[in-house]
Amino acid sequence: MRPSRSFAAELVRNLVRKRDFYAGGLVILLGLVMALKGPTYRLGTLMHMGPGFMPTALGVILIFLGLLIAGAALGVPPGEDEDILPAHPEWLGWACILAGPLCFILFGSFFGLIPAIFACVFVSALGDRNATVRSAATLAAVVTIFGVGLFSYLLQVPMPLLTWRGL
Amino acid sequence: MIETALTDLWYGFGVAIQPHNIMWCFIGVLVGNMVGVLPGMGPLATISILLPLTFGIKPVGAILMLAGVMYGAQYGGAICSILLNLPCHPPHAVTCLDGYPMTKQGRGGVALGLTVMASFVGASWGITEMIFLSPILVRVALEFGPAEICSLMLLGLLAGSTLARGSPLKGVAMTVLGLMLGIVGTDLETGAERFTFGMTHLDDGIELVALALGLFGIAEFMNSINQVTSINTKYTNVRLRDLRPTKDDVKQAIAPMFRGTLVGSLCALIPGTGPTIASFVAYATEKKISRHPEKFGTGLIEGVIAPEASTHSSVQGDFIPTMSLGIPGDAVMALLLGALMIQGIVPGPQLIKEHPDIFWGLVASFWIGNIMLVLLNVPLIGIWVRLLTIPYKYLYPSALFFVSIGVYAANNDMFQVGETVVIGILGYVLLRLGFHPAPILLGFVLGPRFEENFRRAMLISRGDIGVFVERPISAVFIGLCVLLIVLQIYVRLRGPRNAIVTPPVLETVE
Repeated sequence: MRPSRSFAAELVRNLVRKRDFYAGGLVILLGLVMALKGPTYRLGTLMHMGPGFMPTALGVILIFLGLLIAGAALGVPPGEDEDILPAHPEWLGWACILAGPLCFILFGSFFGLIPAIFACVFVSALGDRNATVRSAATLAAVVTIFGVGLFSYLLQVPMPLLTWRGL
Repeated sequence: MIETALTDLWYGFGVAIQPHNIMWCFIGVLVGNMVGVLPGMGPLATISILLPLTFGIKPVGAILMLAGVMYGAQYGGAICSILLNLPCHPPHAVTCLDGYPMTKQGRGGVALGLTVMASFVGASWGITEMIFLSPILVRVALEFGPAEICSLMLLGLLAGSTLARGSPLKGVAMTVLGLMLGIVGTDLETGAERFTFGMTHLDDGIELVALALGLFGIAEFMNSINQVTSINTKYTNVRLRDLRPTKDDVKQAIAPMFRGTLVGSLCALIPGTGPTIASFVAYATEKKISRHPEKFGTGLIEGVIAPEASTHSSVQGDFIPTMSLGIPGDAVMALLLGALMIQGIVPGPQLIKEHPDIFWGLVASFWIGNIMLVLLNVPLIGIWVRLLTIPYKYLYPSALFFVSIGVYAANNDMFQVGETVVIGILGYVLLRLGFHPAPILLGFVLGPRFEENFRRAMLISRGDIGVFVERPISAVFIGLCVLLIVLQIYVRLRGPRNAIVTPPVLETVE
């Protein structure tokens, strides 16, 4: 049946351009993980539920919801904002935001609170489009002084100010 | 009944004016007000950042402070929308519609002054409602067995996820995801480790602070980096004497203020309809009954006062189910409830009886805090206005540091900082795919209790799932759930969504 096949192809082509298709897909994926992993924890019976009952049930519900979300996208023509990435992806900004807390972990575990604060603020400040090394360093220095005063002296967070644990 | 309520309230004031409690309340409203003014920082992010700092405080002080942050941010958000046309916080989106035109006409100060007044009236009504309704609800709720609790939670979760912003289907999916994240860790009944993938750090489950800061901190920053346009400070020159409204202004504002308050308190009674919906409904009501609806959007006082009064009255009303039933209506309430749970306090109908100092202290502190806010907002308006000009490029790196150290300090565990980063990435992906992550928190906080009660209900009924519709109270809740779903499908099929619930498109800052 030729016409129906091209119709199906058209549908699929419409679908992969839709954000909700991927949204549904992600939900189905999460549901699958839960529904497949859940039964390994022992399901039990309805009266004596095992630890695996709830995760499996929730997983099945999620798969169902994911199908509905993706299915609902089938009926509507693609809207204006269907891109998954924003119009201007901020790769550098995102990387800096994620790198900030990671620097905090790294420097905090090995060198202490002062380097951790400085590195965290400095690296994340570089993510702004107008930031310079100097402006980022200034901000980091100010926040470090403030942060040490607040967290180390006032709130007594148990973390050495400066230390050397080697790598 | 009124007598006991008043004695209890008196006792609450006794708790709330203890020096350290009043101090925490003051710090809470001050920080909340400040952060609420800052563009790009919502109350969710603020409460999550401050949450770890409260672990060292006694439960009463902690909850007074966190609640103070929440309603303090409400006052601050109004400043941001009226003077800058930036709805930094969704409930204030409608306030922009008439607030910003007023600012353009040079009447921004008047709008702010009247807003403070309306907020206070709205909040006071909400608090009064809380004083009288909570004990009644508790009396009913104490009779509930596991089956009723389960159905009620189901109703709360469903309402919280379908009535909030965005697609209801996606909202429900997020709630289920939240329930799921709540399951991670050691199962309390059997000791089985679930979804820890061999990581011993996850044995105690996902940390509430890490989840909240990942979703509302890191994911939000990723969403708004380099997107925040420079702020137009042309009109932000507001001084104290500009705030004083004329007699005519006040006369014009009184009726909308009370109508807004009423709308807000009605919205608070319906589970899941938070302050955002309350403010939209109040605006729509004003427009409908107005003699000149075409003038809305050009700077009418009614369009500012009614939504603000409604927001505040509904926010206070939202505390009713949260404190008396242990069922939060939205993510902010879930976070506050989570804070109580971290302090070792079991939420639910027994809370008022077992911890009267928390409940009545909180109620009394609302009044004290709201008076503080009125006093703070009026003379400090110049400082708040200057805060508006802090650029985002200084804000988010500092906030990221607060996020990192906050999560670390919760348990002195660096692993959880990494957890936050991972949750942040997931949160951003979800945001881009059109999900609103707030219901995740709702599911997460209720998840373990839901599972526990479901298990217990099934054990009592010997595995008969029909128990949920056989017990009358539970059947009513289930019926309401079904009604909610049917209504959603009906609205969907009937075509475009109701104009009241759809936020109006806001013009961008010139």
